[in-house]
Amino acid sequence: MIRVQEEDFDIGAEIAALTSGKTMIGGVATFTGLVRDMAPVEGVDQPISAMTLEHYPGMTEKKLAEIEAEANRRWPLDASLIIHRYGRLEPGDQIVLVACASAHRQAAFDACQFLMDWLKTDAPFWKLEDTDDGGVWVETRASDEAAAARWTGKPENT
Amino acid sequence: MKILYFAWMRQRIGLSTETVELPADVATVDELIDWLVGRGDGYAAAFEKRDVIRAAVNQDYVPFGHAVTDTDEIAFFPPVTGG
Repeated sequence: MIRVQEEDFDIGAEIAALTSGKTMIGGVATFTGLVRDMAPVEGVDQPISAMTLEHYPGMTEKKLAEIEAEANRRWPLDASLIIHRYGRLEPGDQIVLVACASAHRQAAFDACQFLMDWLKTDAPFWKLEDTDDGGVWVETRASDEAAAARWTGKPENT
Repeated sequence: MKILYFAWMRQRIGLSTETVELPADVATVDELIDWLVGRGDGYAAAFEKRDVIRAAVNQDYVPFGHAVTDTDEIAFFPPVTGG
């Protein structure tokens, strides 16, 4: 299941709903992304007061659904969930939730990491950070590209 | 053809979306960019780093050699930063 939304989410309620009635599940791995209060601007950490996430309605949902399907092909998941927020967020706010449930932990951990790595480099979101010097667009990090590249045979993105 | 721009490309061009009639001699994404760049300084600034930006045709990533037609939805944007 995927959701792209402006509203916040309740991790406990989401996991309960995801696993409800599915007693074959042995474990749920989750990752929650939060807005940090500092961000590197041209290599130097600066305080940020807010972040605005822009996305491509339509394509975002399409890409999230594709990658979720890919994770389900690669690992024996009993349930999966991606929630990604957009709009204006402040430090401490939740941005993203990925949850993967499986009979055994390894598939859940791996699928969760795969989904997060892919989200960083291929989901059509852009982040504008409010710093003391004004708005700064977040740039892609080489470390994120490297993290996504290690999933060999990753889905088509060209 | 519908064209969408995101993040700093949107800011530089001053538009989030526009509908244009595809010129007869434009057959690929690359040729579309060449044509757009000639439309003004904002476009030239937005497409300045052509090796950095990405393109999507009908909501799928495509290489710049990809064909475009007048009924397509084309989007241009900087590298994505989700998660």
